[in-house]
Amino acid sequence: MQRRSILKGGAALGFATMMGGKLAFAQGLEKVKAGFVYVGPIGDGGWTFQHDQGRLAMMEALGDKVETVFQENVPEGADAERVLTQMALSGCNIIFTTSFGYMDATNAVAAKFPDIKFEHATGYKRDTPNVSTYNARFYEGRAVMGTIAGLMTKSNKIGYIGSFPIPEVIQGINSSYIHAKKVNPDVTISVVWAYTWFDPAKEADAAKALIEQDVDVILQHTDSTAPLAEAAKTPGVIGFGQASDMAEYKPSPRVSAIIDNWAPYYTERVQALLDGTYAQKDTWAGIGGGEVKIGDITDAVPADVKAKAEAVRDSIASGAYHPFTGPLNKQDGSAWLKEGEVADDGTLAGMMFYVEGVTGDIPS
Amino acid sequence: MLRLEKRPSPSRFWQAATPILAVILTMIAGGIMFALLGKNPVEAIRTIFWDPLFDPQYAAYSRPQLLVKAGPLILIATGLSLGFRAGIWNIGAEGQYIMGAVFGAGVGLALYPVETRWIFPLMILAGIFGGWLWAMIPAILKTRFRTNEILVSLLLVYVAQYILAAMALGPMRNPEGGGFPGSRNLSQIPSMANPELIAGTGLHWGVVAAIGVVIAAYVLLQRHILGFQIKLAGQAPRAARFAGVSPERLVILCMGISGGLAGAAGLFEVTGPAGQISIDFNTGYGFTAIIVAFLGRLNPLGILLAGLLMALTYIGGELASFILGLPSAAIQAFQGMLLFFLLAVDLLTNFRIRFGSKKEAI
Repeated sequence: MQRRSILKGGAALGFATMMGGKLAFAQGLEKVKAGFVYVGPIGDGGWTFQHDQGRLAMMEALGDKVETVFQENVPEGADAERVLTQMALSGCNIIFTTSFGYMDATNAVAAKFPDIKFEHATGYKRDTPNVSTYNARFYEGRAVMGTIAGLMTKSNKIGYIGSFPIPEVIQGINSSYIHAKKVNPDVTISVVWAYTWFDPAKEADAAKALIEQDVDVILQHTDSTAPLAEAAKTPGVIGFGQASDMAEYKPSPRVSAIIDNWAPYYTERVQALLDGTYAQKDTWAGIGGGEVKIGDITDAVPADVKAKAEAVRDSIASGAYHPFTGPLNKQDGSAWLKEGEVADDGTLAGMMFYVEGVTGDIPS
Repeated sequence: MLRLEKRPSPSRFWQAATPILAVILTMIAGGIMFALLGKNPVEAIRTIFWDPLFDPQYAAYSRPQLLVKAGPLILIATGLSLGFRAGIWNIGAEGQYIMGAVFGAGVGLALYPVETRWIFPLMILAGIFGGWLWAMIPAILKTRFRTNEILVSLLLVYVAQYILAAMALGPMRNPEGGGFPGSRNLSQIPSMANPELIAGTGLHWGVVAAIGVVIAAYVLLQRHILGFQIKLAGQAPRAARFAGVSPERLVILCMGISGGLAGAAGLFEVTGPAGQISIDFNTGYGFTAIIVAFLGRLNPLGILLAGLLMALTYIGGELASFILGLPSAAIQAFQGMLLFFLLAVDLLTNFRIRFGSKKEAI
């Protein structure tokens, strides 16, 4: 509910009155020009690469009805606002901004161009009716990875390379730990903060530090393949692809992967614009919606482990199981979710606490 | 045989002509690179240098943005140029820029939600102080312990980046931001904002300050004894010492001025275009300003033009990147070429090219 109230507050403050007459975008377009703003290079092999794959798949699906432009390596902040404005001036009908740090810039530019639709990935501000947000429930994928990690670890120590201590990453740590613990009560998790989304050297250092602490399963919330490359040097250490499949490290150390799949969303939104059915929304889909995919589980994992992981995946996909289902306590031992109770989206979106059993503090 | 002969004194003609020649050579070499990437080189060059200024679709927006982008570059580069002239190498302006923003924003946020007109000037002072303080570390270490200011100032950039990240995640984090890193948006708080002063011009207080500093630096170098001492220390350190110039005092002064100006640039940026303290608030202005200082021949008026030119390659580069689909690495290589050619043709200022062997020339 917290997400909702933030939205209401922001929208009410802003442009509701100004935009009064334009709430419905009824008329379809003949052809759509879509712009994409990327935070990294399209060849990063992770986050930005997957967004660009989504763009290409959307072009494939819609053919000559759509034209796209993109810009890579756009710093978050002042430069983003200029790039967005220039894209808007170039005649784009819809612009996807694919990093959290573009939030204020997206909303500021959207206020100046009410006829252009803006889609901001992973953010929560929708100040004007032409801003929508979208994100994926990566923690669902973490539940599957955590299950594999808990069953595969021999040292009972699993490691997590965190990018920044923000709710999305905390969700991932908690979900991984909960599901590892479920299949292996002796498991412990160590978190190393890299303070970057993409920096192969720092990520390799973080992986090294974890391996030296006897960790033999590494989960990563950073986008490069460096931790897998580091894991490959030590026999018995495994890891998972992040954002992208990272198939070049198959069958081991990469035993599976969390893959971001933006193609269905991009295709749906542009199609809606063509059809005239486009409306503002906040999308947070997961394995069930196809936005999060579990990469092929390799033969380096025993068949029974694979079967258990796939069972977790399928029960989440069908909606039968939520990765944050009680009983769960917070790190300090206080009660969070009762038996059978499921975490609400508002709490998850602002999650800044570890669950019971995770050691260490969230840096602040 | 091609041979270089030292000129008795630097050529005045080439001093002015080399930047222009460097730009032309960059256009040619960059054009070849764009052609190799399969793009029309003429169109690419036109998009970078012409469209931001004159294209009817973009110019109205892009032209004022030149000032927004050039403002901090000019402000920092002018400060750096004073030290560079005296042989004092402050390479850490990026760190001083960050600390200026952190100190300035810190004062503003500590006073939130007080609304009086005195907050913004106070923040400017705090920003200058932050940058100055960060520059004093290498300055004092140099004068007291003979450490190398290049290394110390550069390494302090990384320290500043960690302080910035800690601030964005901790003390300065927006309490209404749902746990996400980043401070309140200062540009949306009236008493702290550094807005566009005249709509559609891009002019904000940072740009005004940059223009003022250029004029002040020009007067300082032409008319003031300190300007004379700076020039003398750079050209003839021994003579400067005999003339009573204290090298220690000069280090403290030059580092302090460049640090303070970099801090001010950071403050104007964090309250204006950037808006908030975030983990990756700094985008390299402090390093790019070094290029601008040399492109402008360490001359205040030259720096003014160089800053605008550099801003043009950024904004034009962005346009070229998405209109023509040029990879961003190609744009960066293009900007790198500019410095490369400038340093290369700089040779002509001090040397004459002669054909034939040395004996024939005599």
